[in-house]
Amino acid sequence: MPTHDVLVIGAGLAGQRAALAAAEQGVSVGLLSKVHPVRSHSNAAQGGINAALNPEDTWESHAFDTVKGSDYLGDQDAIEVMCREAPEEILHLEHLGVTFHRNEEGKLGTRAFGGASAARTYYVADITGQAIMHVLYEQLMKYADKVARYEEWFCTALAIDENGECCGAVTRNVADGSMELFRAKAVILACGGNGQVWKPTTNALICTGDGISMAYRVGAKLMDMEMIQYHPTTLAGKGFLITEGARGEGAHLLNAKGERFMERYAPNKMELASRDVVSRAEQTEIDEGRGFPDGTVELDITVVPKKRIHEALREIVLVGKDFAGVDITKEPIRIKPGNHYTMGGIKTDVDGRTDVPGLYAAGEVACVSVHGGNRLGANSLLDTLIFGRRSGVDAAARAKQIDGSEPSKEVLEEERSKIEAIAGREKGSGRRISEIKLELGTTMDKHVAVFRNEAGIQEALNTVRRLKEEADSAYIDDQGSVFNQDMLAAIELGYMLDNAECTCVSALERKESRGAQYRTDFPERNDAEWLKHIDLQQGDDGPEISYSEVTITQWEPEERKY
Amino acid sequence: MAEYTLKVRRYQPEAGEGAYWEEFNVELEPSLSVLDGLLQAKDRDDGSLSVRCSCRAAICGSCGMKINGQSGLGCKTQIGEAHEAANRRNGGGNPIVIEPMGNMPVIKDLITDMESTHWEKIRRVTPWLLPHGEPPEREYIVEPESMIDITQSMACIQCGSCVSACLSMEADPDFVGPAALAKAYRFVGDPRDAETRERLHDLAQDPHGIYDCTHCFSCVDACPKGVAPMDQIMRLRRRAGEEGIEDPNSGHNHEMAFVKIIEKKGTLDESALLQESFVPGIKGKLMPGKRAIKEMIASLPTAIRGFRTGKMRSLKVIPGLHHKLPDGAQDEVKAIYAHAQAHREEFNIYIKGEEGAEPEEKEAT
Repeated sequence: MPTHDVLVIGAGLAGQRAALAAAEQGVSVGLLSKVHPVRSHSNAAQGGINAALNPEDTWESHAFDTVKGSDYLGDQDAIEVMCREAPEEILHLEHLGVTFHRNEEGKLGTRAFGGASAARTYYVADITGQAIMHVLYEQLMKYADKVARYEEWFCTALAIDENGECCGAVTRNVADGSMELFRAKAVILACGGNGQVWKPTTNALICTGDGISMAYRVGAKLMDMEMIQYHPTTLAGKGFLITEGARGEGAHLLNAKGERFMERYAPNKMELASRDVVSRAEQTEIDEGRGFPDGTVELDITVVPKKRIHEALREIVLVGKDFAGVDITKEPIRIKPGNHYTMGGIKTDVDGRTDVPGLYAAGEVACVSVHGGNRLGANSLLDTLIFGRRSGVDAAARAKQIDGSEPSKEVLEEERSKIEAIAGREKGSGRRISEIKLELGTTMDKHVAVFRNEAGIQEALNTVRRLKEEADSAYIDDQGSVFNQDMLAAIELGYMLDNAECTCVSALERKESRGAQYRTDFPERNDAEWLKHIDLQQGDDGPEISYSEVTITQWEPEERKY
Repeated sequence: MAEYTLKVRRYQPEAGEGAYWEEFNVELEPSLSVLDGLLQAKDRDDGSLSVRCSCRAAICGSCGMKINGQSGLGCKTQIGEAHEAANRRNGGGNPIVIEPMGNMPVIKDLITDMESTHWEKIRRVTPWLLPHGEPPEREYIVEPESMIDITQSMACIQCGSCVSACLSMEADPDFVGPAALAKAYRFVGDPRDAETRERLHDLAQDPHGIYDCTHCFSCVDACPKGVAPMDQIMRLRRRAGEEGIEDPNSGHNHEMAFVKIIEKKGTLDESALLQESFVPGIKGKLMPGKRAIKEMIASLPTAIRGFRTGKMRSLKVIPGLHHKLPDGAQDEVKAIYAHAQAHREEFNIYIKGEEGAEPEEKEAT
């Protein structure tokens, strides 16, 4: 039985950072990921990472922007931790070798970003996530004797001992299909968000909410699952992301009449208001007939100097050319709001601890909550690194204190028989996995998107519950052991349906409009009744609802204007 | 919507059979990708069709493959264009041919073993920063251009397309290769790294190192991210030459021999090449040196083949008889040299805007 003090599941930024931090504490670490680590979705974070590192800037200012951006649903103690530790983390990354943009003096330079009162976004062209992740992977190669890497291993379930503590995980080696039970004194889930539940989405195909679902199935609490961010600038059809950096560099949003419509919605911050505000503005323009016939508005990057576009938005030049056939230096590009980020997730404290002892979560899979109802651009990379590190350190401390217990073979056998059952379903006996996934994605994008109402969410929930039944008989083609992606897709579909059900239940429950949750039937924010988190826990008939307080330290809720 | 046929090189390791071809008919917009086409075939027809993929937007580097023989990313190749390319190659009505990447063992269908090839080579170049002493309290202060320069290598997504396309690696599987050497430049060009000389020495001494590249440009063509691995290899060579690093194959002198001969004569005087490579200058002409003689003898069969096939003309090998360029042409060659010399220290143009934009604007006016 592979045994580690700390087992990290997921190897994007949060997972890699957690593994390195735990290893620094001198414990044995395993890092397991269903794809090679550098394929992880942290790659897609283009714009940058926020920190109040400039002497004129303050962490309090960063924290206030984040609190305001969250529509006051973020927990202020957690936000304080994140913003206070941000500058040191940036310097740490710089020392490891991240090729951050420099100003003329050769010092770290910044760019402006949405919802921020100062230019505090540090960046590497528009490949910031990729650059940081590849540098962390360099460190993992350097410390290969301290962190054992299990690349292309898929996790199917968490192991819980008789005291209710997490003591390992059941995995499948993708390369040969063998099942392995891992033993660990602490398990850190760092397996990202659930964007694939929606179609289209900016998220990669691997973002299927695995960690959220696995934690939910062993009784961990989920929080704020209704808070799903729609990014204001995604390509119509394919859903690809155009970085907020484009607007940070000065790009304009225009409707079909050529009007800079943000004047009507956020006269001060204009295109750089919070993402939820900009997405709603765009959707309103489109819904009221001022968009283009294909349901889009335009992002005009041509107003940014050409040299600056090539310097700072290089990836977007390629995305425009390759995926939309548009030269963004010469003409506007059609965009619309699209599914982008899971603000909710597994409920944790500031050290990544979940409600299940021994189980940690960090990054997009987790809900600390630093993003509340709406995440600010360039705060997600920061979240992964700060809470990845803190989880790694705390998990290592736990591992040093306890003996841990051996996971029961029963959970392994259970998972084996589930997999055999999937393989054994007769071809043609039910629907194809891909059909169910498609119906799920389009349903969620129709009803649980920028604007929501009770009837729509209820319809989505009904559909999700029907799909859950259908998934139980969905068949696969591949009967092999080696790289059986068909089998993995079947398991992932189960994860996605759990995520979808929780989001629908939570969105139905929150009868107000806050952050990314905009209910047309309850269009106002209602602090008196709803300044609270919605927690979900698995019950016999689906998610059971409870509430928890929002932690307020120094910023009392006030009206949000940009 | 348009219909396309994908002819996929398949291999199912558990079937007990060798690789085979299978055709899939798909229907999608021409602007969608070859990967979209493969995923449609997988979703609708055969879930066992295996391909690594994740982001669909050319950032994760999972879906390296050969499309109509050209290495690249499935997600970055538009299916309509791939269809046209297939027709150009073979006449009309031909399927888009899709194969796993080259220079790597195949595991299943389009999935290759990158660990034993690509990643092994990446680890060969000590792929992490080796700074000197303790880091400063704040950030390292470095030239802004130097960060942009190495960001071109950082733009590498480790997809393996360049490795798949590399002709030198096909001939010498031990060649460190384009991806790993581009990664090496990321550290050699990084002013924060304290071991650049050691790195260059290491890669120059390795017979499969920086002088094993043959300038074929295949990696530059294949790279979906504009990393231009060969350019990075050339940067490593230049740096090694400037540092005066000797290498067992005399790779640097060999390169300089080309440079000097062309500068002087305008075309390649092959009779002077070997001696110039091993003992440069007049000294080499008088006393060619043991190594040069040995190499000359070793290359005799090649030379004889050259005569037979007419690639080499007899007079050309006689020292001193090499023809010169017509009047004035040599001055043009010299002008090119002067330009190259003036731009010698140019950083990577990861930022392509400035140079690229000028001619376009002139055209417009």
